[in-house]
Amino acid sequence: MSEPVLKVERLSRQFRVGGFRSRGQLHATDDVTFEVAPSEIVALVGESGSGKSTIARVLGGLYPPTSGKIVFEGKTLGRTLSRAVRGRMPMVFQDPFGSINPVLRVRHSILRTLKLHRPDLSKSARFDEAVALVERVGLSPGEEVLRRYPHELSGGQRQRLGFAQALASRPSLILADEPVSMLDVSIRIGLLNVMKGLRDDEGVSLLYITHDLASARYVADRMIVLYAGRIVEEGTTEEVIATPQHPYTKLLISTAPDPRLPFATSGQSDDLGEPPKVINPGPGCRFAARCPLAMEKCRLDTPAMTQLSPTHRAACYALDLEA
Amino acid sequence: MKPLSLVGRSLGSVYRFLRRDKKAMVGAIILFVLLVITAFPNWFTPDNPAAEIYTPGAGLSWAHPLGTTSFGQDVFSQLMAGTRQSVMIALIVGFLSTFISVAIGITAAYTGGLVDDFLSLFTDVVLVIPTFPLIIVITAYLKSASFWLMVLVLVITGWSYGARQLRVQALSLRNRDYLLAAKARGESSWYVICVELIPPMTSLIVANFLSSALYAVLTAAGLQFVGLGNINTESWGTMLYWAQNNEALSIGMPLWALAPGIAIAVLGSSFALLNYAFDEIANPALRPVTTKRSKKALA
Amino acid sequence: MSNPILQLHDLRVEYDTAAGPALAVDDVSLKLEQGEFLAIVGESGCGKSTLLFAIAQLLTSPAHTTGGSVVFDGVDLTSLTPEALRAYRWRDISVVMQSAMNALNPTVTIGAQLADACEAHTDWDHARIAKRSAEVLSMVSIDAVHLKSYPFQLSGGMRQRAMIAMALLLEPRLVIMDEPTSALDVVAQKTLMQQVETLRRELGFSVLFVTHDMSVVSHFSDRLAVMYAGQIVELGTTREVFDHPMHPYSQGLMEAFPSLFGEKRDLTGIAGNPPSLVDVPPGCLFAPRCPHVMDECHTVRPELVQIGPHAVRCHLVNKLERR
Repeated sequence: MSEPVLKVERLSRQFRVGGFRSRGQLHATDDVTFEVAPSEIVALVGESGSGKSTIARVLGGLYPPTSGKIVFEGKTLGRTLSRAVRGRMPMVFQDPFGSINPVLRVRHSILRTLKLHRPDLSKSARFDEAVALVERVGLSPGEEVLRRYPHELSGGQRQRLGFAQALASRPSLILADEPVSMLDVSIRIGLLNVMKGLRDDEGVSLLYITHDLASARYVADRMIVLYAGRIVEEGTTEEVIATPQHPYTKLLISTAPDPRLPFATSGQSDDLGEPPKVINPGPGCRFAARCPLAMEKCRLDTPAMTQLSPTHRAACYALDLEA
Repeated sequence: MKPLSLVGRSLGSVYRFLRRDKKAMVGAIILFVLLVITAFPNWFTPDNPAAEIYTPGAGLSWAHPLGTTSFGQDVFSQLMAGTRQSVMIALIVGFLSTFISVAIGITAAYTGGLVDDFLSLFTDVVLVIPTFPLIIVITAYLKSASFWLMVLVLVITGWSYGARQLRVQALSLRNRDYLLAAKARGESSWYVICVELIPPMTSLIVANFLSSALYAVLTAAGLQFVGLGNINTESWGTMLYWAQNNEALSIGMPLWALAPGIAIAVLGSSFALLNYAFDEIANPALRPVTTKRSKKALA
Repeated sequence: MSNPILQLHDLRVEYDTAAGPALAVDDVSLKLEQGEFLAIVGESGCGKSTLLFAIAQLLTSPAHTTGGSVVFDGVDLTSLTPEALRAYRWRDISVVMQSAMNALNPTVTIGAQLADACEAHTDWDHARIAKRSAEVLSMVSIDAVHLKSYPFQLSGGMRQRAMIAMALLLEPRLVIMDEPTSALDVVAQKTLMQQVETLRRELGFSVLFVTHDMSVVSHFSDRLAVMYAGQIVELGTTREVFDHPMHPYSQGLMEAFPSLFGEKRDLTGIAGNPPSLVDVPPGCLFAPRCPHVMDECHTVRPELVQIGPHAVRCHLVNKLERR
């Protein structure tokens, strides 16, 4: 078994909220532990407020963790990331309209990335490499595309560009922060296939952050479900989708719209889909307020992970009862 | 060189844009004419502006298109000679004060935290300093009122408004993903500020420059009018001072007072008109849409 | 028996652009019955939002309605003066926008905005406005205490529901919705759709719903129209269009949805890009991307032809039908 590319141990990130004197701490993500193996796509699934974007941004070096350890390619990372690490673990952003500088030509960011991370290339070699990268993600003719301005490309094309830029620095892991959420559903498939291709052909791992279970199922090998900053369930994609164990995972699966199914009249729950704002949380399971199986114990102590199979685990007291 | 091509491209698009917008074109032409006069005043001054050798209070004639002053000086020559000071003060104060606004506003927005708090407080304090009392105090203390002193005072009192505006715009751009993307790929902060943050703010920076220049023209003229400038140099403001002191309007030499006043207004308008155009560059929604009538539509 | 509340006859909308007029809505004809839920589905740029705004008479320069009519309850809205139109606004036809954060005034409380809408279209007194405001909020499961809240204090899902409440203030007969769910997470999405459905059954209003994501409406709409490049290419009952899509574009769209259940297989989406709307080519607009393209598709424009319960705009389908 090879070394994991990324090992995250008990990662937490808190933000101070409120005014100057406030003591409020927003627990964006708490005590998160997971691994990513080489050539693997791991999906971080959760609604807004689950902490998935925070994890991506901490890993991407946009802010340091409040506590916890990140081990990337065998080395523990410090509070600020070196340029080399940034090159090996680049980020792809969500907003195709905001993630590219509108006044510069599209080739600017790719050429800059190559200049910063591939000093071995000469200027003309850099340009050829940029063309190759752009065509690798399905944009052709590469030279012509590179000459354009962002507003001359569609949303889907811009997101492909984001992946091309990430590829430029020869990464081992790409952090993809909701890369298809702002695209039309009919365009998403193209990007999802690009991601699969990167894993299969280039051996790159991806951490795919999303709230869409169906697309996670399509590309990911493993799935990690987040709620209110904590991991509630983790396993291979098939395990989690076919046999979800945590009540929140079950809720997500039952609400995900699938036109091929007849309408599940699973009863109109009173659940209004309100994501929690975890400010100065008390002890106990954070899903207790919405959980149909909530017990006294759930409000007092945070449940630990119960191992259900070598690859599948979930954090729920209800599972202990069944064991 | 990349920065040069960036500047070249910006200028090119500015020129194309000016061609389409009549108001901006008028402003640009006026400014151009005034710049020529500033550079070569001798081409436009048929007579020595300071020479008090002509008939005082003469009416309009070919020799004196705008008449003469009470001292026998040619008004037209004075007007042309005075262009230099007014235009120079506008441009110099404009550049310096915009430079400071950009430096302070963007640093505050990008750095955030305590630095931002401090710089914002400083900006707000300077914003409320009144110009006139300040220059009166300084002139009284230094017992002289040179051109550079006026530039200094105008810059000190003029940068703060722009700094606030630029800070706010930089704040709104700061969280755009493309800046985070630049940081994530390992760019240094300087690079991010100069290459990724400032270029999209160009139109606001230019608009700032134009309004600082306008502010400088009007305030300088005002200061000179009350006699706080150097009353022995030639400028439109000092012309107004002398005209007022000699009651030009009541003794039948109205042009002595009106000509510099109108000139100041014309310079100010050129900046305002150019400013219009930059509003439209900054906000594409304001641009008038010109449509090409296709052949099909006619059929 | 048919009692259409809304009828579009050959509606045509053009945008003025620097390159010439762009045809955003191309001779669209539709009928909407009282109490019916019609969904319009298509990619970004297909003209669906433009169509919606044209119906609501909300188009602004550079867009113009250049042909056709919008008949609401027997009256041609395009022929009315702005004052006459005001009588219809909000009382008969109301609009729910895509992003509540953009449509709600961030500096004004929810209660004040509801009151604004009432005051603009009725002569009710304060007491009646307050009562009705509390009523509509409870219809969408928002506690009346939020009348004093500002939009940023509500979650995304609550804001969208507040928009719907606002739309129902004066009991309109037609509610037009422009992608109201696109910014929401999956659980909030389902809640919103269920709420809309419940209210529709209770109050009997018609709904015109525009989206790029078919799965959102798949269980709620009565009929579904697929739009491409400004034209309606398929129209039928929702189940019919989902189960038996006839137009190659609709078929391609169905293929672009990864599913949560069932067999996992590779999907391809639709290759190519939508056509430029400025120099519209002759013939079928989908021809360059169509896997079943024939010679005549490039030269002859197909008409929308009724085939049983379904209307399709395709030469191939016509050909097969005639056999």
